[in-house]
Amino acid sequence: MTVNGQPVTADVEPRTLLVHFLREHLRLTGTHVGCETGYCGACTVHVDGEPVKSCTMFAVQADGASVTTIEGLARDGQLHPVQEGFWERHGLQCGYCTPGMIMSSVALLDKNDRPTEEEIRHGIEGNLCRCTGYHNIVRAVEYAAARMRGEEPPAPDWEGGE
Amino acid sequence: MATTSVMGGAVRRREDPALIRGMGKYTDDFAPPGTLRVAFLRSPVARAKIIRLDTSRAKAMPGVVAVYTHDDVEHLGPLVAQVPVGKLRPLLAAGEVNHVGEAIAMVVAEDRYLAQDAVEAIEVDFDVLPAVVDLRKAASDEIIVHEELGTNVLHTWTYHGYWEALGLEDQTPLIDEAMQRPDAVVVSIDMVNQRLIPVAIEPRSVLAEYEPGYGRLTVTSSTQVPHALAGAIATQLGMHQRDVRVIAPEVGGGFGSKLNVYNDEILVSWASMQLGRPVKWTETRREAANSTIHGRGWVGTATLVGTRDGQFLGYKLEAIADMGAYSQNFTVAIPLLGLWIASGQYKMPTAFKVDCVVTNTMTTDAYRGAGRPEAIYYLERAIDAYAREIGMDPLEVREKNFWQPDEFPATMGCGFALDSGDYAAATRRLREISDYEELLRRRDQARAEGRLVGIGIGSYVEVCGFGPAILADIGFSWSAYGQPSAFNGSGLVRVNPDGTATVIIGTGPSGQGHKTTWAQIVSNGLGIPIENIRVHHGDTETSPMGIGTFGSRSIAVDGSATYEATQKVREKAAKIAAKLLEAAPEDIVFADGRAHVAGSPDRGVDWSEIAAAAYQAHKLPEGVDSGLEETIVWTPSNATWPFGTHLAMVEVDPETGNVEILEYYAVDDCGNQINPMIVNGQVHGGIAQGVGQALFEDAIYDEDGNLLTSSLVDYIIPTAADLPSFKLAHTVTPTPVNPMGVKGIGEAGTIGSAHTIVNAVVDALAPLGVKHVDMPLRPRRVWAAIQEARA
Repeated sequence: MTVNGQPVTADVEPRTLLVHFLREHLRLTGTHVGCETGYCGACTVHVDGEPVKSCTMFAVQADGASVTTIEGLARDGQLHPVQEGFWERHGLQCGYCTPGMIMSSVALLDKNDRPTEEEIRHGIEGNLCRCTGYHNIVRAVEYAAARMRGEEPPAPDWEGGE
Repeated sequence: MATTSVMGGAVRRREDPALIRGMGKYTDDFAPPGTLRVAFLRSPVARAKIIRLDTSRAKAMPGVVAVYTHDDVEHLGPLVAQVPVGKLRPLLAAGEVNHVGEAIAMVVAEDRYLAQDAVEAIEVDFDVLPAVVDLRKAASDEIIVHEELGTNVLHTWTYHGYWEALGLEDQTPLIDEAMQRPDAVVVSIDMVNQRLIPVAIEPRSVLAEYEPGYGRLTVTSSTQVPHALAGAIATQLGMHQRDVRVIAPEVGGGFGSKLNVYNDEILVSWASMQLGRPVKWTETRREAANSTIHGRGWVGTATLVGTRDGQFLGYKLEAIADMGAYSQNFTVAIPLLGLWIASGQYKMPTAFKVDCVVTNTMTTDAYRGAGRPEAIYYLERAIDAYAREIGMDPLEVREKNFWQPDEFPATMGCGFALDSGDYAAATRRLREISDYEELLRRRDQARAEGRLVGIGIGSYVEVCGFGPAILADIGFSWSAYGQPSAFNGSGLVRVNPDGTATVIIGTGPSGQGHKTTWAQIVSNGLGIPIENIRVHHGDTETSPMGIGTFGSRSIAVDGSATYEATQKVREKAAKIAAKLLEAAPEDIVFADGRAHVAGSPDRGVDWSEIAAAAYQAHKLPEGVDSGLEETIVWTPSNATWPFGTHLAMVEVDPETGNVEILEYYAVDDCGNQINPMIVNGQVHGGIAQGVGQALFEDAIYDEDGNLLTSSLVDYIIPTAADLPSFKLAHTVTPTPVNPMGVKGIGEAGTIGSAHTIVNAVVDALAPLGVKHVDMPLRPRRVWAAIQEARA
């Protein structure tokens, strides 16, 4: 398979999960494991451009696929607008759900560059966050959507502003 | 109190560049060469004698290095606990099990898949005994879980009794007398404050590396309390504290669940010492549900008595709190935190009686709020019922009974003094931001259209930043972990010779942004730009003695220590700069990364020059020692008491019972704010957890003690689609108990929100005659309440 643009070849046990392959064989530890049951979304990566919970997939199922993890999102040292949005709008606290949340948000914006708040909320409902109450994650995605459209992002809503 | 301008800046977090690029390091991300992996055999039954345990087949499997049972670790004793009331947890099951998920055997193998395979190969036979789960049944002692204790009731918390030492009197007679008044209105509600699972998204993980050559143990753990854990490991394993180093790297959420010290942390450490190799265990989500601590779990009755015109005359809370099977860190002491704030923001006689009982379930302990959300829930639900009974607006009835600003410090019935507050200022602000009258009009209009729309108000006061040190004498010391006190905070501030600053604190954050907030404190004090300051935490070998991050304590305690250390560095630097600039120390001003003479910005020196001089004795003024580094260990004189009032507007679908939150407003007062962006984030997350309790979350054991909610499919935490955006505002009432006037904000949102939602839902259903529905208000339960009311 190709991971973040680099070809990767390995022999693995058939039962090895894709997330364990990424984390333990390739040492790409930015993809996290939160529940092993496909519910929390912390392990979300892109497989052939689609968001996939990598704990629900065996590594061998990704044979020949192109996989993008959080480590492959920034290009030439430039943060992806979604990464920038999470930083600018305090879209993360402990950071554990963040890589998966960012990967899902990127997939959402790839399909819809002008999502409403409700569309954002439904677009990321497969990713659980326990720290932020999602408020600032929604603001982060709104920020990124504006940036990706070349527009000025909405101002932050905390007292005192920027 | 000193409060200056850099405080209050929404500085972007210093933590984030690593985390948003997937480059943050959490415990499970570390895998030194040769690391062995651990899996536990856990009990599938709630209560049983173990009549046979055979590990021979597992031990013989390829890749299995060791299999340990109680016999191997009995000499270490049970898991150490701060408040050793009740039965302490055996490190591995001692011939019996007392809850589903109790660890029976520990497998150490070359990889995690092999370890799990070997667990399956362990043979165990149980003689299953009847379990007790129901709290009232447990309190009746019909079945006694631990026969040697003679009862399931471990302790009863009251204002009197335990508090006689503080000269407190039982206020029950005053309340009983009030009930006899001819104009008395008495409301009483039985309520459940259900058991919850904390659900940090990062499962707990621990990696131990023993170096036999050096006799040194390094433990990396997903913990909120690195220093306490190091002390606990040393105590339990009979080691010197100098030989145990704990590192808490990035910690993926804690909410109290990682404030405990766990048997797995001890066992993994011990196994690494036995085997001379790195050993790591990472819990599964199922284990996070059945063997990491739970929170809440109360049943009880709240009784409020007042006059017809809205004057409170007294309040009583009687409850039973679930301790689970074994006592761990603070277990039995958690309801005490509720006792301290049981009278909320109101001046009235209060009585409190909470029985702590054992059941065949996982241990309960501190979960975000810890005792305070429970107590506030009972009080604020009772106030709502009382307001409805006398036909008074729920905001107005609260305002009528608040402590007034000129009454602070206000000594409550529990003996503690509220530090500072202007409770009515918060409700005035809430009225403004919510346009309360307009909301009421919208609700009434919706009702006129036949819709079930309700508005709920919820106030709270909480207690955090714990002190005074006297608490250490009543069960809140950390002496069982070889620690002197729970109430110190520490901060080290060093200016490096290149003019950058290194700050090291004794806490262990799990997402609260300490690297940013602390840099602001130091930048504010020294005029060194934030980007030139790096904050370290979570390594017991390099940081000054500390405890950890919990109880919303870090900013009030460790923050104060850092503030004081900064002031000392500043004073010393002023003397050095004064000599370099041939001026008087009192004329030195620090700004923009340098020091200059007041009124003469051109006469200045960079911090690098000051720091360099500080390490060259011949350049120092007389009486000034070399170096530019200060450490302060700081102890508060009182706790801090944040407060606020929340408002929710909800709509209930009469066909399905589904609750939709239409609006959520919150006004919180945590004193001065250093970073309002971070403060808001803490409130958002806190509210989400309170809403989670109100609407979704429920750790359910069936009557045989099986945990029915051990995955995230069954234990429902809120998703983005379940929550609205929150509208926040703040009032600022600085505390006099610390130098920055800060109170702490980590738990406020949770303590303020669950009752706000339930009050709103009950208000929505009030036209049908519904007076109470127990949490969680899932559609089926709400629908049933509607059907019952209509029938």
